[in-house]
Amino acid sequence: MEVGLFIPCYMDALEPEVGISTLKLLERFDINVTYPFDQTCCGQPMTNTGCHTEAAETEKLFVKNFSQFDYIVMPSGSCTNQVRHHFDAIKQTDEVQHVRKNTYDLVEFLHDILKVEDFPWASFSHKVAIHYNCNALRGLRHASMSERREPFFSKPKDLLSKVKGIEFVDLERPDECCGFGGTFSVFEEGVSAKMGQDKVMDQHRSGAEYVISADSSCLMHQKGCAMRMGVDLKYAHIAQILNGDLS
Amino acid sequence: MSDLQQEVQPKGAKIKGNKPVNQLEAANRFIAASAHQQMHDQRLWDLRKKRDAQMHLIPEWEALRDLASDIKSHTLDHLADYLEEFERNAKANGVHVHWAKDAQESNDIITTILKERNAKSLVKSKSMLGEECMLRQHLEEEGITVIETDLGERIQQLDKEDPSHVVVPAVHKSRTDVSKVFVKTLNAEQGNNDVHYLAETQRETTRPYILNADAGMTGGNFLVAETGAVVVCTNEGNADLSANTPSLHIVTVGIEKMIPKMEHLAVFIRLLSRSALGSPITQYTSCFRGPRKGGEMHVVLVDNGRSTRLASQKFKAGLKCIRCGACMNTCPVFRRSGGLSYGSTYAGPIGLILSPTYNAHKYRNLPFASTLNGSCTNVCPVKINLHEQIFAWRETLADEKELSLSKRIIMTSLGKLFAHPKAYRMAVQTGDKVLSYLPHFIVYNQLNAWGRQRDIPQPPKETFHSWYAKNYMKKGKADE
Amino acid sequence: MSSREFILNQIRQSCQTEHSEAPTLPLFHQNSVDIIERFKQSLIAMGGQIIEADPQDPYKFVKERIAESKVICSVVPEIQGNRHLTETTEPKELQDIDYGILRASFGVAETGSICLTEQDLFINTLGYLPQHLIIFLDPKQIVENLHDAYARPEWKQIHYAALHSGPSATADIEGVLIRGAQGVRSLSVLLIE
Ligand code: SF4
Repeated sequence: MEVGLFIPCYMDALEPEVGISTLKLLERFDINVTYPFDQTCCGQPMTNTGCHTEAAETEKLFVKNFSQFDYIVMPSGSCTNQVRHHFDAIKQTDEVQHVRKNTYDLVEFLHDILKVEDFPWASFSHKVAIHYNCNALRGLRHASMSERREPFFSKPKDLLSKVKGIEFVDLERPDECCGFGGTFSVFEEGVSAKMGQDKVMDQHRSGAEYVISADSSCLMHQKGCAMRMGVDLKYAHIAQILNGDLS
Repeated sequence: MSDLQQEVQPKGAKIKGNKPVNQLEAANRFIAASAHQQMHDQRLWDLRKKRDAQMHLIPEWEALRDLASDIKSHTLDHLADYLEEFERNAKANGVHVHWAKDAQESNDIITTILKERNAKSLVKSKSMLGEECMLRQHLEEEGITVIETDLGERIQQLDKEDPSHVVVPAVHKSRTDVSKVFVKTLNAEQGNNDVHYLAETQRETTRPYILNADAGMTGGNFLVAETGAVVVCTNEGNADLSANTPSLHIVTVGIEKMIPKMEHLAVFIRLLSRSALGSPITQYTSCFRGPRKGGEMHVVLVDNGRSTRLASQKFKAGLKCIRCGACMNTCPVFRRSGGLSYGSTYAGPIGLILSPTYNAHKYRNLPFASTLNGSCTNVCPVKINLHEQIFAWRETLADEKELSLSKRIIMTSLGKLFAHPKAYRMAVQTGDKVLSYLPHFIVYNQLNAWGRQRDIPQPPKETFHSWYAKNYMKKGKADE
Repeated sequence: MSSREFILNQIRQSCQTEHSEAPTLPLFHQNSVDIIERFKQSLIAMGGQIIEADPQDPYKFVKERIAESKVICSVVPEIQGNRHLTETTEPKELQDIDYGILRASFGVAETGSICLTEQDLFINTLGYLPQHLIIFLDPKQIVENLHDAYARPEWKQIHYAALHSGPSATADIEGVLIRGAQGVRSLSVLLIE
């Protein structure tokens, strides 16, 4: 199985350790992981601002980088959602279709494709609150959502449950958006920060030591709020836990 | 945090003619009034939780949503036929049916009906269409006294402020805010902010108007083609009072409120109040098919842009809305900004997609007041794909050159940068060093925006990219 | 062109879709529901009250309740009131009534609603202007849910009918629930044939 690894632009620049955890985690399984060197971004900032024309070249580049792989995997639900559901600025060639169909977020890839049963190398004895990125939750269906009448399920929780020692705590508003929202975080700064602060307080009240998410972007925002507020909470990407890099 | 009862109520967006409404500016003022903002958030979240509880009591909930959506789609596809059927049946029951192309015509028709009967006063129950057409203002200019009979709507009328929410119009006000309004306008006791007292004051002062009004007006939640019925849902009973006490009943209703048959009504009534307030049904669900004994009934069917919107494959789904307000209650941005920050009749997620259809320039900022989180879409009882439409509006606004210049400039240069790996690499790092700024998409001269209330992530020594180059490309994978 | 034609034309131009039939609906009945019990619970949840029927005199508790009141308007033969409605009574004349007593056409277990038609009301404002309402309801006329309710013939026969689910209410100020907003302050149901 040939897997192309995409590292989101903000993760590349700001949280390379999450990218490293992702790569090392994937390498534990019987697959070939390649990181195409010319990658940049998935195009979300432009697309979400309505600038589809401006996103076209970025989308093209992405497809060029990744069309030769069986699977494209990335440690971000949000970027996966962009590739799968919003790569519409370019002609829908076979390559484009292939890339859209075979792009998976790390959680989905481990849970649905590799069907990993065990992470024996990892242990994490902490109280953990899960944060769902909204695109991962409602776009990719990482988990059941509180808005719908449907049976509970949670892929991130399934995976984390296979790590020794984890104790989960519940939030009062388990799937309320944290206010990151990509460019929303700067274009609509006041509302974004307020949402982030409320999220941090909910996490704080839950008794969590760590907040774990499949998306670093939300975490960066929440962490920024928590630090400014002086709230003692740690934030980690699910790849870091599943690979046993934090304990 | 300040005390709610001491804090001054924040006002809504500043409207400057046709200039784009600055929703964010008003939202920031709302957030600054922290006690009001927190009460607002808490109350609406409470409605959302009650809604969830009701949902879990109904095993067929999702099936009902599917049906509601299908019935609305079907009806919109055959709207002209159903309107004719409705008109036929309503007329057969003795109702006068009028057609209005736009707000102006609707207001004129209503003024004429009132003037011809020498009616000087009108009691009115809540109608979003009335707000949309600025009917009250129009009638007042014509010398007709208009009294809102819904408590929340009455508070807003007396305070000369728009309703901030389709279902709970004064949800942004504290009891003290209401008390202050009533002291000024209804001669209420100074300093008595007891909620029962305030509600009683409104009941007692409104009742004489209801008893003596020359005409009553209601909106309509649904029109039923099969029976020519207008269906109105309220909790206070004010619509029934307004319609049944005076001898003249005028209904003003948007053409999209149509459904085919009485049996279809059941689906919507089961969903409406559960979605809106988390109660199984409104206290009153009333069906008006004809004038009361000795009375007269008029129905004004209003288009005001709806028939044109039907042609838009992208945005026609907005016409399915039953104005339950659930999307506002769940919207994290709405709960923090307050409904008045949108400066538009319709606020929250549904407002983001309806407002630009009326005026794309004035409301061009609204589709950006969203994180695209999708909660709205999933609470909506008629399954409007709200967040997808918000997303689509951004593209439409960009295509119509209604994107703010700063957004446009940033996105153009970002698009170029991301399309060129080499240039991109140079921007992010030089050699082994990550430049000490965030990637452009987050900051780009907006460092202050990120850093005002959030700490800025410390750039690591090297990017993933250079780590990979060092560890995998140069040395090769084997000697990790 | 009249506005009517203009609007209809515009709509017909906008929707060039194939003809389809309106969706048909299941009735969503739940087996094993005690309809009367469910009705009572739902009514109470909506702020309504149940008046029990005394085995000796089924109307005993109704009579007790209205004993102290000044103006009672009853349109049911079982109870004698002191305000009579005639063909010429103006709707607003009902404003000083303390108790209105009438019989509902049917009830809905799902929501605790009772249906009052213009025939039940005699004068429509009887449902709204009195301070309190006492409603007689035949337990055999309780249907399970709103699907059954809207399948009833009443909706096609009358000019006005309303489902009342408890008394009038508002929570418009700080979410504080108040029973008795613009309409009646209480609504009580006596289940009796
Ligand atoms: S869009 Fe949907 S959720 Fe929002 S008010 Fe309309 S019907 Fe309710």
